Amino acid sequence: MMLVAISACAVCLLMALVRTMRGPTAFDRVLAVNAIGTLIILGIALHGFIMERPEFVDIALLYAILNFIGTFAVLKLFSTGSLGDAASSRKK
Amino acid sequence: MDAQLLISILSGCFILLGVLALLIGALGLLRLPDVYCRIHAVGMIDTAGASFIILGLAIHEGVSLVTVKLLFIGIFLFFTSPIATHAVAQVAHKSGVVPVGRNLVTAKAAKKPAAAPAAAKAKPKQAAKTGSKVSRKSRGAS
Repeated sequence: MMLVAISACAVCLLMALVRTMRGPTAFDRVLAVNAIGTLIILGIALHGFIMERPEFVDIALLYAILNFIGTFAVLKLFSTGSLGDAASSRKK
Repeated sequence: MDAQLLISILSGCFILLGVLALLIGALGLLRLPDVYCRIHAVGMIDTAGASFIILGLAIHEGVSLVTVKLLFIGIFLFFTSPIATHAVAQVAHKSGVVPVGRNLVTAKAAKKPAAAPAAAKAKPKQAAKTGSKVSRKSRGAS
């Protein structure tokens, strides 16, 4: 069952990758990259269970946090033009 | 022995449900026509698929520290991915991505071809969207 789930994750990841390459706007790409991040989290957790080493779940937890922060950083860069650091706000 | 079988059947059912949600969400991400529609599909991947697969893994593992970590991942994804998709929708709307569909404002803009070049100079993204809308309409009429 875990092998079925990890292969389905791989298939979904390929589909999201096609959307990342083809997406007409940048927001399609951000959305597809967010979905790829979620699929990779699931893939890491499932890989840990398949290999009988559930310590991989720690890496999945770290990746979940990074994925969330990364999506928000890219969206903030798109909407405001800077990431809010002191140097670029002084230039304004 | 019996309890072991029950646990593996239950976790398998949950993982299968999650896989189904993942496949439907990825198909929607590939096939739906618009950013806003694709957000709907990605929300399905992030909440239903991830939650069911993590619940299945937690049932498979039993009561241990790994289950607690898995539940942390599940709760984190369940709360953060709707926030992320909401932010994507908000920023897309602010930067002028027009939704596909029957919309009075864009229909008026598509009817007036004289207004189109000015709009193309001002907002190239929006003009591309209305252009695709015109071609869709003509296809539907023929």
